[in-house]
Amino acid sequence: MSDTSAAEPRHEVNLVVNGVPRSATVPARRLLSDFLRHDLGLTGTHTGCEHGVCGACTVLVTGAGRSDDEGVSGRPIRSCLQFAVMYDGAEITTVEGCTRPDGELGPVQQAFQDCHGLQCGFCTPGFVTTITAYLEENPSPSEEEAREAISGNLCRCTGYQNIVASVLRAAELKSEEVGG
Amino acid sequence: MKPSGFTYHRPQTVDEALDVLGRVGPEGKVLAGGQSLVPMMNMRLAAPAELIDINRLTALDYVQVEGDGAGAAVRVGATARHTTVERDTAAFTVLPLLRQALSHVAHSTIRNQGTTVGSLVHADPAGEMTAVLALLDGSVEVRSAHGARCVSASDFFVGPLESCLEPDELATSAVFPVPEGRSGSAWLEVARRHGDYAVCGVGAVLRLDGDARVVAARTGYISVDATPVVLDLGEVIGRVPYDTADWDAAGRYAAAQLQPEGDIHASAAYRRQLAGVLTSRALSAAARHALARHDIMTEVPQ
Ligand SMILES: Cc1cc2nc3c(=O)[nH]c(=O)nc-3n(C[C@H](O)[C@H](O)[C@H](O)COP(=O)(O)OP(=O)(O)OC[C@H]3O[C@@H](n4cnc5c(N)ncnc54)[C@H](O)[C@@H]3O)c2cc1C
Ligand code: FES
Ligand code: FES
Repeated sequence: MSDTSAAEPRHEVNLVVNGVPRSATVPARRLLSDFLRHDLGLTGTHTGCEHGVCGACTVLVTGAGRSDDEGVSGRPIRSCLQFAVMYDGAEITTVEGCTRPDGELGPVQQAFQDCHGLQCGFCTPGFVTTITAYLEENPSPSEEEAREAISGNLCRCTGYQNIVASVLRAAELKSEEVGG
Repeated sequence: MKPSGFTYHRPQTVDEALDVLGRVGPEGKVLAGGQSLVPMMNMRLAAPAELIDINRLTALDYVQVEGDGAGAAVRVGATARHTTVERDTAAFTVLPLLRQALSHVAHSTIRNQGTTVGSLVHADPAGEMTAVLALLDGSVEVRSAHGARCVSASDFFVGPLESCLEPDELATSAVFPVPEGRSGSAWLEVARRHGDYAVCGVGAVLRLDGDARVVAARTGYISVDATPVVLDLGEVIGRVPYDTADWDAAGRYAAAQLQPEGDIHASAAYRRQLAGVLTSRALSAAARHALARHDIMTEVPQ
């Protein structure tokens, strides 16, 4: 990175990513998205626009001094619009953390595979994190609700139809899991 | 697309934040949700030398209904997220306009992080909550190390992306007064896609008397001027039963009062047309809302 002028003060950032305690020392201006990708090597989180519009960088967070955390396992946010230093002490889930405990594809990831919900895959990490959080709030969305849930994420390939189908399929997989 | 360097401050209390703001002076900027500031920093449209991160000021993370009857209001603390305000059931019960408007502010992921008070300070002429504050005659509580003041919406918004805050000041809360009587409200807007900034947006608050006649009607607009615009349409509509009111005439009147400008998204004429049509629709929706709310309220005690 080009931001390491000798004078720039660095901050130690300690947080838990996908259940694993991680730490790195970075300048205050390090974006959370770049922190995940470059400092922690978690390149699943993608950056498209870096101004909050495309949603590719969406990750799930709790902690960091928020009082509305109760009962949520992660609130979707744009990691390109946050500085890593703000997340000292927080817990973060990225697309790498949306798997099953045994490392197999999680229900949302599996649904994307089943429904052909991705083509190039650039947008997919943002969709998977967003949908993972959404299904916790609304476990059985209608098609219209599914469409609304993904309206903040852009995809240049699929035309969205198969992503909507993936949301519904993921809901099905999750309820089978709970039921069975 | 990377921000330039800055010194980072993370105060734990409001007093500490005010102290830092006073010390760093004009080089300092408050970092709230970052949903407007960080895009500008990423694009290097803003390059503050000192950032004061207020996200740990949990004392300001609240939505509160204050008082009842005349003088009731919803107070929103500086670190309350749009989502928190949108979902607050007590606030929704007394002031549904908050949720009606907030559902049009960006997408839920942005609302999870962006603060309502931050969007007021940011003073985007397309920001829904600026017009909601103005429409309700609300105010913003402001503090610095030297004291506190309460600024009315009409004084708060100075120009596009410009509020009246001094560099050493922190907006601690915003007060949204609850309209009196048998009132209803609506928020309507046209955007290229849901969640995008509106080409034109209109909020309406309307009050009916016991015979369902219109006794007061006001509208607030975004994206038609440098600051939010509020119109009083009570006289134009007249004290008529809501179902005979000429909403279209009120819309035409409103459109004639506005001076929108054209840009790459819409011509001035198209914006004016939208403002007129949305005004008549919002007024009609607000009247039906007033009726429905009132009926619900009178039935509850049984
Ligand atoms: C993709 C996208 C779409 C969006 N669409 C919309 C939309 O349709 N409508 C809309 O209204 N907004 C929209 N927004 C903006 C969003 O509502 C922001 O949350 C809001 O404008 C700013 O709130 P914030 O907490 O993120 O403030 P920040 O970005 O942290 O700060 C914004 C400005 O206000 C100052 N500030 C913030 N809080 C305080 C305070 N308490 N005291 C003093 N100064 C303060 C900061 O110094 C900065 O200058 C959008 C944002 C994005 C990224
Ligand atoms: S990279 Fe596009 S929203 Fe963050
Ligand atoms: S799959 Fe290519 S951008 Fe969505």
